[in-house]
Amino acid sequence: MQPGLYHILFISTVLFFIGVFGFFTRRNLVTMLMSIELILNSVNLNFITFNKYVWPNKLDGLFFTIFVIAIAAAEAAVAIAIIINLYRTHQSIDVENAEEMKF
Amino acid sequence: MSGSTIIFYLLAALTLVSGLLSVITRIIFRAAIYLLFSLIGIAGIYFWLQYEFIAAVQIVVYVGGIVVLIIFSIFLTQQAGELLPKQKLGRQLFSALAAFCGLALVMLQLVQHTFTTTSNTPIEPTVANIGAQMLGIDQNGFALPFEVVSILLLAALIGCIVIALKSKPENNL
Repeated sequence: MQPGLYHILFISTVLFFIGVFGFFTRRNLVTMLMSIELILNSVNLNFITFNKYVWPNKLDGLFFTIFVIAIAAAEAAVAIAIIINLYRTHQSIDVENAEEMKF
Repeated sequence: MSGSTIIFYLLAALTLVSGLLSVITRIIFRAAIYLLFSLIGIAGIYFWLQYEFIAAVQIVVYVGGIVVLIIFSIFLTQQAGELLPKQKLGRQLFSALAAFCGLALVMLQLVQHTFTTTSNTPIEPTVANIGAQMLGIDQNGFALPFEVVSILLLAALIGCIVIALKSKPENNL
């Protein structure tokens, strides 16, 4: 059976919930960021798949994917700047140790 | 079972297995490397779907940019050879239960839904088509979101520098 829309939607759904599981269990800020990247990638895969199989006469899903990738890059850069700053003040990047949001 | 199908299942297995390993491994550097393989698998699926431009963007931005950034931040913030602390069993169990329930709900909706496809002639996702629509200012163009994203990237760049800047001690009496 030729893989199609449902196969790829299955992959992206499973990847999304792997990311959600990681986001719930991890307590380290860098690994939580990795889980967010997995979630964003599953969303991108969804957009591309719908563009390919449901609306092949438009390119809108592709543009959404490009913008999501750009925003994810900006988000990762800002998050890592915050994490490094937090490590400088707290000597730890565990979310349990970073509960006071003041400086 | 054709070669294309076998390649698709291999890419799917690479993506899902390395994604899962990236989430459950206790060595943080290994988690970053598994994330790298998962992102490469997704880029492979884009190639399989014949969206070459977006696959190239995926490899350049994610594999070449974000994963390198994550590895650098691991080097800057972790002690070498230290395992991540083990989580409580109850928390892990409830997280797995929540993720599984969400997965079951979405899959149930997915198998019950039938997607209708259009019969219009498809547009090839070539770089020329993408560029013409991305910078077009007619009603199908994406020029305004493009400009907004460029402003956002500039703001993120300046914000990163300001946040990560080493502040001087204030009370230097």
